[in-house]
Amino acid sequence: MNLTINNEPRELRAGMTCRELVSDLTGRVVTEEGRAEGGGPLGVALAVDGSVVPRSLWATTELADGQQVELVTAVQGG
Amino acid sequence: MTVAQADSLIVDGVELPSRLIMGTGGLSSFDTLRDALVASGTSLTTVALRRYAPGEASLFGLLTELGIKVLPNTAGCFTAREAVLTAELGREALETDWVKLEVIADETTLLPDTAELFEATEQLVQRGFKVFAYTNDDPVAALRLQDLGAVAVMPLGAPIGTGLGILNPHNIELIVSRATVPVVLDAGIGTASEATLAMELGCDAVLLATAVTRAHDPERMARAFRLAVEAGYLARRGGRIPRRALARASSPMAGRADL
Repeated sequence: MNLTINNEPRELRAGMTCRELVSDLTGRVVTEEGRAEGGGPLGVALAVDGSVVPRSLWATTELADGQQVELVTAVQGG
Repeated sequence: MTVAQADSLIVDGVELPSRLIMGTGGLSSFDTLRDALVASGTSLTTVALRRYAPGEASLFGLLTELGIKVLPNTAGCFTAREAVLTAELGREALETDWVKLEVIADETTLLPDTAELFEATEQLVQRGFKVFAYTNDDPVAALRLQDLGAVAVMPLGAPIGTGLGILNPHNIELIVSRATVPVVLDAGIGTASEATLAMELGCDAVLLATAVTRAHDPERMARAFRLAVEAGYLARRGGRIPRRALARASSPMAGRADL
């Protein structure tokens, strides 16, 4: 399936969950609860088609073809 | 606690030992940022939410390591809708319901859009956020934000990044005299004496970024602001003397030697 992730087109295997995507993008193992395995802050949030997907739902939320995904994190700012 | 120390700031029932809230924007080096944050003594620091880029050093990780509480902002948002979504992202990413609400009208002045700000405050409070509302130096707007449920009101001294200082000290005093939530002077500060003035006017805290991050020596400037905020706070509590038209000797005339 084809999605847009942070404004870049990307092909993902069908049925991929938000948890798998976050793990894939951050290079961290993400737990069932949406936290980084081994502790330390993961510090990211995910929005799909303009709605935030809470980390507690990442493991059970499957992505779908054509969706717009935004993955954000804290950066320097006033 | 001794008299020599300044009391902590309490916002939303949380004790913050430092009354200097730092922003993090404007520094190219992470090491310089770390040094500046440590020198400032800050307990609370703002961050922005932007697209994740693989391989970038984690700012949240740095703040966590330094024991600094994080205050996500909604910088760059022009509408209540954008600001609410950005706040939701911040809450999810950083696991805090505190948000510095910033809804700007245009990119030239970066001044708050008050109508959108009210709307966003109302929605965020309903969703359980603790709103630190960045607002104009307007006493009426500040009180309205407080009534809408903001946990702190943050009037600007001058537009963001200008370093023009506190352009309307009288309005800041009015806000302080009428607000029951903490008042944070946010934006416009250029140098240490202006942060002191903010505290002398009765503000509970000062929030600044550019004045440190774009200073010639950010670490030194951060320390200057730490001392300036504490000095202003103590001066306000100490109570300035009334202004007089004529001089008043502090040495007694009685007992003078006959020369």
